[in-house]
Amino acid sequence: MKNLLKTGASALALSLMATVATAEGKLSIYHWFEYIPQELLDKFAAEYDVEVTLDTYDSNEALLAALKAGKLGQYDVAVPGDYMVEIMGKEGMLDTFTDDEMPLKGNILPQWMDVGFDPGRKSSIPYQWGSTSFSVNRDVYSGDIQTTDIIFNPPEELKGKINVLDTAGETLTLASIHLGIPQCTTDREQLKALNDLVQNAKQYWASFGSDVAKDVLVSGDAAAGMIWNGFGMKAREEGANIEYAYPAQGYIVWMDNVVLLKDAPNRENALKFMNFLLEPENAAAVTNYARYTAGVKGVEPFLEEAVKSAPELNPPAGGNPQFVQACDEEVQKVYDTIWTNLKK
Amino acid sequence: MAGGLGQGTGKSARTYAGLGVPLILPAWLIIGIFLVVPILIMLVYSFLTKEFRGGVIWEPTLAAYDQFFFDRGLFGDEPPKIEWTYILIFWRSIWQAGLATVLCLLIGFPTAWFIATRPPNSRTIWLFLITVPYWVNLLIRTISMKFLIRDNGPLNQWLLDAGLISEPIHVINTATAVQLGLFYSYLPFMVLPIYAAVERYNFALSEAAADLYASRWVTLTQVIIPSVKPGIIAGCILVFVPSLGAFLAPDLLGGAKNFMIGSLIEEQFKGAAGNWPFGAAAAMILLTMVLIVLIFYARSQARGAR
Amino acid sequence: MAKKPDLRRFPGFYGITLLCLFLLYAPLIIVAIYSFNDSQSITIWGGASLRWYEDVFWGLEADKFKQAAVNSLTIAVTAAIAATIIATMAATAMLRAGSFRGKGASFALINLPLMVPEIVTAVATLIFFSAIGFTTGIMTILVAHIVFCIPFAYLPIAARMEGIEDVYEQAAQDLYATRWEAFRLVLLPLMMPGIISGFLLAFIISLDDFIITNFVKGAGVETLPTAIFGAVKQGIKPNIMAISTLLLLVSILFVTLSYFAGRMGQNRQ
Repeated sequence: MKNLLKTGASALALSLMATVATAEGKLSIYHWFEYIPQELLDKFAAEYDVEVTLDTYDSNEALLAALKAGKLGQYDVAVPGDYMVEIMGKEGMLDTFTDDEMPLKGNILPQWMDVGFDPGRKSSIPYQWGSTSFSVNRDVYSGDIQTTDIIFNPPEELKGKINVLDTAGETLTLASIHLGIPQCTTDREQLKALNDLVQNAKQYWASFGSDVAKDVLVSGDAAAGMIWNGFGMKAREEGANIEYAYPAQGYIVWMDNVVLLKDAPNRENALKFMNFLLEPENAAAVTNYARYTAGVKGVEPFLEEAVKSAPELNPPAGGNPQFVQACDEEVQKVYDTIWTNLKK
Repeated sequence: MAGGLGQGTGKSARTYAGLGVPLILPAWLIIGIFLVVPILIMLVYSFLTKEFRGGVIWEPTLAAYDQFFFDRGLFGDEPPKIEWTYILIFWRSIWQAGLATVLCLLIGFPTAWFIATRPPNSRTIWLFLITVPYWVNLLIRTISMKFLIRDNGPLNQWLLDAGLISEPIHVINTATAVQLGLFYSYLPFMVLPIYAAVERYNFALSEAAADLYASRWVTLTQVIIPSVKPGIIAGCILVFVPSLGAFLAPDLLGGAKNFMIGSLIEEQFKGAAGNWPFGAAAAMILLTMVLIVLIFYARSQARGAR
Repeated sequence: MAKKPDLRRFPGFYGITLLCLFLLYAPLIIVAIYSFNDSQSITIWGGASLRWYEDVFWGLEADKFKQAAVNSLTIAVTAAIAATIIATMAATAMLRAGSFRGKGASFALINLPLMVPEIVTAVATLIFFSAIGFTTGIMTILVAHIVFCIPFAYLPIAARMEGIEDVYEQAAQDLYATRWEAFRLVLLPLMMPGIISGFLLAFIISLDDFIITNFVKGAGVETLPTAIFGAVKQGIKPNIMAISTLLLLVSILFVTLSYFAGRMGQNRQ
């Protein structure tokens, strides 16, 4: 027992020392899963002598839930999508920075500079943007896939083999696009139609999952699945014979942003990190890894050829891209009910 | 691990008489502060108001329980009807857990009996073989099962290669997959307590029954099973209770679609739903159900002891 | 006289036992085999190699898993030690201290963590830390683990103590040993096999836990199960299979250890 205690105590002491020894500079990132290359984090850690820790989430709503559950004050930066930046701003979860604190702010592409969810970019910088629709396995189904019917009214071959993103924001928005109703509608008939649509479509869906969205397509667990364009491209590159659709009814576009969180324990390092991500080479490294599109000037020389020519990243002209909107409490309650009814 | 459970009900040794309270105090404090108090706080939370987008407001309400039992329509203004969906999730969980218990018992009892009746030397080896999976990480075992049964997994590949099937058997993301996961996860939990009971079984009873011309079957059902019943019940509880609140099997094998109570509760705290009071209420209802099962167990034990 | 049938044998039980072991081992063994697969694709066999084990120890994600393993071990060792000490004290109170106030309730309380479903404990603990405004981190995981390790440590310790007559301590006291000496020099050595079993069981239970850890872990803190769970969502990669196989070996090692602890006990009695 004595020896056991001794071993235990020394193991504890060692691990405590390990934390103390490296506690000099830290950065705590809360990030989407599989979205930033480890090499880039290592590069930042080496360049600025900072110990970087990364936690991941799989939906904007999960990010918000975790911060509300007491994680605010533990992380320095997070990567919410456009509408979630707006919500977090209203919830008072964001800190602001001055232009002096972000020397490379000028690198931001003009169209991503004065955005509605953060006018003047006071709390956030653009990270990557992309779209959300779905990919279909061409071995299973060879017909027309440029329609949201694939998900909500699928052909025989795909019934029961569809994975849907496990997030109300994007799944219900795509359903609204399918019905051609406005987002955040207060019209009761339209909301009822939305509820009926997803309730009816559920029988065709095999699973709900966001973090598994790529794996189900690669492994063949699903033959079609809602997915983000870059993630769909990665799935294709990992060997799935799939095609990403830009449906005629419309599709979702989004811009993810790195935000400075309120009560960030390492505000200085957070700013360094955000500035670091505005360097074209680093923004390009994220693009090369995650297969989305950077919101920073001058990334082209650093991009891989595959990214430039990928069908996933080059939407056809004249489509109907829509940003997800942040609804007010009254409507959001109905959306929550629809989603809960759907999941149970 | 023969003998009692350390209930301290037998002949009481008194070497340290008078030190009982200070010696038990650390256990009381740790479990009291970090389990009993949290459960009480959770009970309070289940009566609080949900804040928009997660969190709670300190205003008492029955909304969480109302949501659980009553359906007031999409807009919350229709006259209340009975809400079947959550009851259905609970029913599905009970059904899945019950089925897993029965399956584990059907495989576990013969196994436990067989091992307990081996000669001591080979018994050790059998016991070792059954204990190893018991100690292997539950997550690892669930992942292994998922890998094995998926459409492109080794099992389907082999069956396809052997020409036994022409199309992969689709099991993953179905209720069957969840059932398989539960059964596989908790099977060792059934074997070990029954083994302990059979080991203590007095075979003179079987001989007596045989002398009275009882058939094997009659001996099994009328003599053996009643004598090892405590072990069987303990095994059933060790399978049923964790299956009821399981999270990993429905999440990894059921595609987060075949909702069970565990996933429903998790969703309220980790996922998009962000409804803490409702999650707390569902957890309280689950806890109440488990406590009822355990009270029945305790009463049957007490009756057995008499 | 007719040959007496063997009353211990039931037809088919042998077969069911083999089936049971097959069911328990098949998935684990298949994963272990595929962990040596040289191919990047997990289902196509590309020859045997150790590349995924190299990847686990020296690959890109090695640091993450190493840190998670260190966290897991630190928490498991600390929680198991704390739970073993608390359980030993509690067992002494329950079995060696006569009657005292609250003894009846104590047994129920010690076993409460066993009876409450894990998901309920997880939620209650999360709400508790959030309500008192305590920042989650490695400490919150540790506290939660100590709580649910206590009954697992208690069961073998108490079972062992019940099997030891108190005559030894009585004899020691008759020879003018103080109660502390009787405990330390007589009861504790006799208890050792039970204490080791209790410690090992608590250790493995702590190492095993996913749900509670997942709820109470703080920013940047991962244990092995939470790290594996996060990784496996993006697909069951060969490196995960390698880690699984290593953990399988750890389990086998621990069962062997606890078996020898049990043997030690039999020899002493």
